[in-house]
Amino acid sequence: MIQGAIAGVKNLLIGMGVTFKNMVTKPVTIQYPEVKRTMPERYRGRHFLNRDENGLERCVGCSLCSINCPVGCIHVVSAENTEENRVSPGERYAAVYEINLLRCIYCGYCEEACPVDAVVLREHYELADYDRDKYIATKEDLLVYPEPNQFRVNILGNTERTNK
Amino acid sequence: MWDDVLQFIDPALQPEFIIGTVKAVVIAVGLLSVVPGLVWLERRLMGRFQVRLGPNRVGPLGLGQPFADSIKLLFKESIIQSSADKFLYHLAPAVVVFTAIVTFAVIPFGGSFTVFEQEIGLWGANVNSGILFVFAISGMGIYGMVLAGLASNNKYSLMGGLRSSAQMISYELALGLSALSVIVLTGSLNLIDLVESQKNLPYILVQPLAFLLFFVAGIAETNRAPFDLPEAEQELVAGFHTEYTGMKFAMFFMGEYVNMVTMSALVTLLFLGGWNTYGIPVWPIIAFSGKVFFLLCVFIWLRSTFPRLRYDRLMTFGWKVLLPLCLLNLLITAVIKVL
Repeated sequence: MIQGAIAGVKNLLIGMGVTFKNMVTKPVTIQYPEVKRTMPERYRGRHFLNRDENGLERCVGCSLCSINCPVGCIHVVSAENTEENRVSPGERYAAVYEINLLRCIYCGYCEEACPVDAVVLREHYELADYDRDKYIATKEDLLVYPEPNQFRVNILGNTERTNK
Repeated sequence: MWDDVLQFIDPALQPEFIIGTVKAVVIAVGLLSVVPGLVWLERRLMGRFQVRLGPNRVGPLGLGQPFADSIKLLFKESIIQSSADKFLYHLAPAVVVFTAIVTFAVIPFGGSFTVFEQEIGLWGANVNSGILFVFAISGMGIYGMVLAGLASNNKYSLMGGLRSSAQMISYELALGLSALSVIVLTGSLNLIDLVESQKNLPYILVQPLAFLLFFVAGIAETNRAPFDLPEAEQELVAGFHTEYTGMKFAMFFMGEYVNMVTMSALVTLLFLGGWNTYGIPVWPIIAFSGKVFFLLCVFIWLRSTFPRLRYDRLMTFGWKVLLPLCLLNLLITAVIKVL
């Protein structure tokens, strides 16, 4: 019985030691609005549209992303490139490219389906807003990153992270 | 106004009356203003024990948090369900806070000094049987919890109230008996005499078992984790204060924290040598408050470490472990004292 009591007290002291060790270690808290976490490289946040080395849009308006989207949140209308008005290197380009970010489930299938690595999901996760209309991301929202492409590291080959 | 009051009092006793009044006000206000600080300390320390930061948004180091909380609690709507017993419902928190503050009246936190040819002791009242007074009044505090449980007309509250009364009655035995072994050594019930008799050696070294038993029973007596059965969230929502809102809810908390301070002070007086400094060059009152502060931190440390006991285990522990150990310790102490 006495042995049991001694063992019990020892266990209690071990428990108190654990919490004491916790007290002297640095807190793991990230003070969010001021300090932002570095997201994992393959995190699927908001979409962006890539440009190529010449500053042209990579998207060729093939609509494969739209077809592959499980929730149907991507709307693409393609148009022909002309000599005077060259938007993308291919034959066609996306005249309208809209993503409903509220409907999107951030599965990344659009990214996988894209044959020219145009649409990518990046680590931007702060998507809160007051207005539902703002969740329709148009081409101006998606092409905010200027040339050359600065999006992803080593996944698509032509992209690099700037805010490392 | 003072003259109107003083004309009823014997001129010889007037200085004492004034001193007593000032002391009462200082103790009551001081204790109640310690509570927000203690809440802040507990939340910060608990945070650190759990490897997080704790509240740090309101004011520097989050020091404004307790004030923000008190303002919130003050302005909250007071909800009373129609089936409650209104009178007892309002009375219960007042009883808890009142007994908690009154208990502190006999706690001395330093020696005496002389001002204007009047000897003023750093205590509310120097009662001959000070420790009995403490136990008696802190025992009264149970009424507040039982009444709260009863008046709320809610089964969870009632269970919490019953549990708290059963728990506190059980552990008061161990508390009294372990204090008794110190009293046997001193031969006095006066708290100041108890401290004076520890001039050379604190009783924790003489009576380590009694200290341990007293401290454990003290945690149970103040309803702190891991003995916070009366407010076990999982099965009783919040125990006896489930139905309370706003400031009345806050009063239960005030009572709990004041009880915590009182219990720490009592442990300091009985076992840690009170305001004796043992050669360390600090003011006696600093020594006393330092010891109390340390014990409060230990209270918080224990809370953040141990899970809550099961109810039957709690009772078994109180009656089958603590009580026999206390009796044994008392017996041995008494025999040695007599020999």
